[in-house]
Amino acid sequence: MPLLNFLKPKNELETGGRSQAPVQQDAGEPEKKCPNCHKDIPISKLWADDLVCACGYHFRMKARHRIHLITDKDSFCEMYSELRSGNPLDFPGYMEKLETVQVSSGENEAVVCGTAEIGGQKCCIFVMDSYFMMGSMGSVVGERITSLFEYAAENRLPVVGFTVSGGARMQEGLLSLMQMAKTSAAVKRHSDAGLLYVAVLTDPTTGGVTASFAMEADIILAEPGATVGFAGARVIEQTTKKTLPKGFQTSEFVQEHGFIDRIVKRSDQKKLITDLLKIHNGG
Amino acid sequence: MSEKAYERVKLARDNQRPTGVDYIRNIFRSFIELHGDRRYGDDTAIVGGIGRLNDIPVTVIAIEKGHTAKERSARNFGAPHPEGYRKALRLMKQAEKFGRPIICFIDTSGAYCGVGAEERGQGQAIAENLLEMSTLCVPIISLLVGEGGSGGALALAVADRVWMMQNSVYSVISPEGCASILWKDSELAEKAAASLKLTAEDAKTLGVVERILSEKDMGTKAFYERIRAMLCEELEELSKDPELVGKRYDRFRRIGTKVEA
Repeated sequence: MPLLNFLKPKNELETGGRSQAPVQQDAGEPEKKCPNCHKDIPISKLWADDLVCACGYHFRMKARHRIHLITDKDSFCEMYSELRSGNPLDFPGYMEKLETVQVSSGENEAVVCGTAEIGGQKCCIFVMDSYFMMGSMGSVVGERITSLFEYAAENRLPVVGFTVSGGARMQEGLLSLMQMAKTSAAVKRHSDAGLLYVAVLTDPTTGGVTASFAMEADIILAEPGATVGFAGARVIEQTTKKTLPKGFQTSEFVQEHGFIDRIVKRSDQKKLITDLLKIHNGG
Repeated sequence: MSEKAYERVKLARDNQRPTGVDYIRNIFRSFIELHGDRRYGDDTAIVGGIGRLNDIPVTVIAIEKGHTAKERSARNFGAPHPEGYRKALRLMKQAEKFGRPIICFIDTSGAYCGVGAEERGQGQAIAENLLEMSTLCVPIISLLVGEGGSGGALALAVADRVWMMQNSVYSVISPEGCASILWKDSELAEKAAASLKLTAEDAKTLGVVERILSEKDMGTKAFYERIRAMLCEELEELSKDPELVGKRYDRFRRIGTKVEA
């Protein structure tokens, strides 16, 4: 499996994925280096290929870009965008961090929610954004996702969710931790109502999001080569003082160990999700 | 102020504090330990079984750290593997089947970080507990008796009532981990401890726990008797409540809703 050989650029988590930010078009044809095959890809080609390199490497993608890619034209109707983070613990530097990230990411929080149609199938959708504090889950992320599952249960709609997250948001302390329980309870109610939830795990899906709604879907898909795990690889290395096995905590690794249903290339996702929605909607 | 929060962290980690097994021995009559998750193995960091609270049959689950170096090593320092959480869930489902209330004692720095834990789905195991505990139709009371470390603690704390010992702590991340990630300096753990609002008083103010238990006579007969009496009283009330599961949902639903519009 060549995909197992993906090398993760080490600085991505540290830079909050900003090294992957869509490069603005300027004079000439700017290029972006693929961290897997190390080839330079012209930006226009990268965008035309939905941020996937010819070698199969999937670059990270902003939430709205993904919504544009997955949902039917003009069908997405955003919900809960009015909910904004405060600084409930008066955590040092949090407000300033939020303000900076809101400008740099163009989002006001780490998840975008709403209703949409995918291949003509009506559903609720949430898409997390790695460019907003590495998709960390604070109160607003928890509240938006919980509200979305409640709305979906009330209106008997399936939920499609794209996860990307470094885990809980430290700056919201216990309130952040409790979002794991809150979102899980909402997923359970939606599930008990007999409704479908499809999750697509994208790079990286870790920590408190893995240990809650990412792993609670009826059908769990993942993008090739994504980091999927609970504890951070570096923390594990430090704790156990052991070298990690090759391909540890990738989509391929978690599929091999039985924790996800399928790995799906970005170009195949819309078709597969449409099909899954149709099958669960009477065929 | 910051020193105070970090002092609490040190107290919560003190290996002289009563551990899960101490609480089980002193509060419940005729405890019968039940092992294994029926899937992979038996995790020594989590002790589970059935016992009697006065005359009420209950299911008891405790994360156990041990006191001595030897005990602590045998208990993996109270850091459960996925099979521990799966054992706990198996026993909780059994409790639901037989209509027994569930009492959990929590004391962990967190779910274990290791290759095997990841291979066996640590995240999935915790997620499943959160999902399933939210609708178990028997009363659940969870007591944080030492460290309440993140998802590994929450996986036994989706309860109707969560109580904390006066010097226990409950946090999304260890103060050292937080300082190291945010400020690249684990020496700033004191500042992180204060910022994280992880003391029992903080948790109560945030609406995350209902009650703080005094430690003034910790470890004495009177101490355990007092906890036994509180548990009995609380279970009597919870057992009569026809809206138990709905109220548990609301208990977590309202946390973190005060967000600015």
